[in-house]
Amino acid sequence: MDAQPVKEVWELRLYVAGQTPKSLAAIANLKAFCESDGDHLYTIEVIDLMANPGLAKRDDIVAIPTLVRNLPEPIRRIIGDLSKRDKILIGLDIAPRQ
Amino acid sequence: MSFASVPDRAGLAKCPTGVLGFDQITEGGLPQGRPTLICGGAGCGKSLFAATFLVNGAILYDEPGVFVSFEETEDDIAKNVASLGFDLPALVAAGKLALDHVRVERGEIEEAGDYDLEGLFLRLGHAIQTIGAKRVVLDTIETLFGGFTNMAVLRGELRRLFRWLKDQGVTAIVTGEHGERMLTRHGLEEYVSDCVVVLEHRVVAQVATRRLRVLKYRGSVHGTNEYPFLIDEHGMSVLPVTSLRLDHEVSVERVTAGIPGLDGMLGGLGFFRGSSVLVSGTSGSGKSTLAAHLVHSACGRGERCAYFAFEESPGQIVRNMRSVGIDLQPWRDAGTLRFVAARPTLWGLESHLARMYDIIERFRPSIVVVDPIYTLAAVGTSSEVHSMLLRFVDLLKSRGVTGLFVSLESGNIDVELASISSLMDTWIQLRLLEENGVRNRSLFVLKSRGMAHSNAVRPFTLGPGGIQLGEEHAMAEGS
Repeated sequence: MDAQPVKEVWELRLYVAGQTPKSLAAIANLKAFCESDGDHLYTIEVIDLMANPGLAKRDDIVAIPTLVRNLPEPIRRIIGDLSKRDKILIGLDIAPRQ
Repeated sequence: MSFASVPDRAGLAKCPTGVLGFDQITEGGLPQGRPTLICGGAGCGKSLFAATFLVNGAILYDEPGVFVSFEETEDDIAKNVASLGFDLPALVAAGKLALDHVRVERGEIEEAGDYDLEGLFLRLGHAIQTIGAKRVVLDTIETLFGGFTNMAVLRGELRRLFRWLKDQGVTAIVTGEHGERMLTRHGLEEYVSDCVVVLEHRVVAQVATRRLRVLKYRGSVHGTNEYPFLIDEHGMSVLPVTSLRLDHEVSVERVTAGIPGLDGMLGGLGFFRGSSVLVSGTSGSGKSTLAAHLVHSACGRGERCAYFAFEESPGQIVRNMRSVGIDLQPWRDAGTLRFVAARPTLWGLESHLARMYDIIERFRPSIVVVDPIYTLAAVGTSSEVHSMLLRFVDLLKSRGVTGLFVSLESGNIDVELASISSLMDTWIQLRLLEENGVRNRSLFVLKSRGMAHSNAVRPFTLGPGGIQLGEEHAMAEGS
């Protein structure tokens, strides 16, 4: 048997704005997605722009919620409440774009 | 009539743009605390208009502003307006301006579920709060249409954005690209209903002219014409030619022509200040020299003069005048005489007019020379030239500026001159007459409104002292 490959660490940031239904849904959907995906190790940082509005410009956020894959490079962006799993797979470059 | 013009509703506050002329045609500027749509094609000047609005707000009216760019980076914006003399980095450093480049590219974004544009609101809100902004520019928010696929969300968010801007109490400019069937490509006019301004950059007979029109201004009177406007190193200016009312303040003050003896022919005291003077004559008859006398004497009194030269370069005029003993260079050096030289075909008539307006408003001369006016016919029909001169004379009179217009006479009876003559208060004719094998110069006051002018044909010479009037012809006595 081959040695178990070292899982790549994927660094994700989720930008939300307060405790809105969309934001809460995005957080829950992201957690569920990461737990279901056994191929990668995920670190998730949730950033509430309501508390830190200055970060919106720094990280160039327009839509809420926005999920940013910081690592591995290149940076990828997915917007929405992450209710569409197939789109997350495409957005994170796990599944190929049609 | 249901659409009769309504006087300004009491309480409709205006926000001055500081754009020369624009505040005049809108009777005060943009609607305060409301968004205005500025639309036009590529290169029409909408971004520059918007930037000018913010810079003037920050510098002249103590109203900080936020510039949100959806296309260009902060650096590019700063570079673009540096040519107008705006130093955006300095204003940013002083906390009077905030720049934000919002980058939206569809190819890089995957949409996975429901979203809104709260991030944009937060960014804008944060910028407004940080510098206490009173003015906001969104240039151009239509880019968002290329960045998102869910049109229902986008349109809903735009509607919410414009409502929100009103709630913030900021005066906003939203720019939009000219559309095919609609005013803007994505119908922004649907969201911004208070004030709509259209800019155009039109080319007629190979000459480009910029034009501005206030399409709509809810609750306010405004000029509905197309106004020429100008973008140059001083920024933007719009030429307000609204009414041609004949209600100028009339001066009884006199301005010497600067030529001994000529004042005597003009009721003894010279031209009226603020009047328009036509000097016509054949080629080489001394028209420009007469103009130079007027400028020379005015500058000697410390008055400012603007000399619009359409045929000769300033250097050439100065050299030529030196040959008849009139040295204009010291006045140029002192800054009291300003030459503005351009080939007539460089711009359209409207642009010429706008440029002249711009200089008169900024330099505030008391004497203006246009030398010569007939070359302008190269860029317009005679009725256009006439209309332009009418507006220009009107402008000079409203400012109390004395205008001297030089014109070439070619034929026997010049129809065009006759039509221009009605705009002129004084008409001096210069002649070259061949007598006994020499060409003799003479001068004649064809008309001069409001004064008892001489009807003599006076011979004159052009020498080291300029124009030297000789004795009256014996025949000229009586009337």
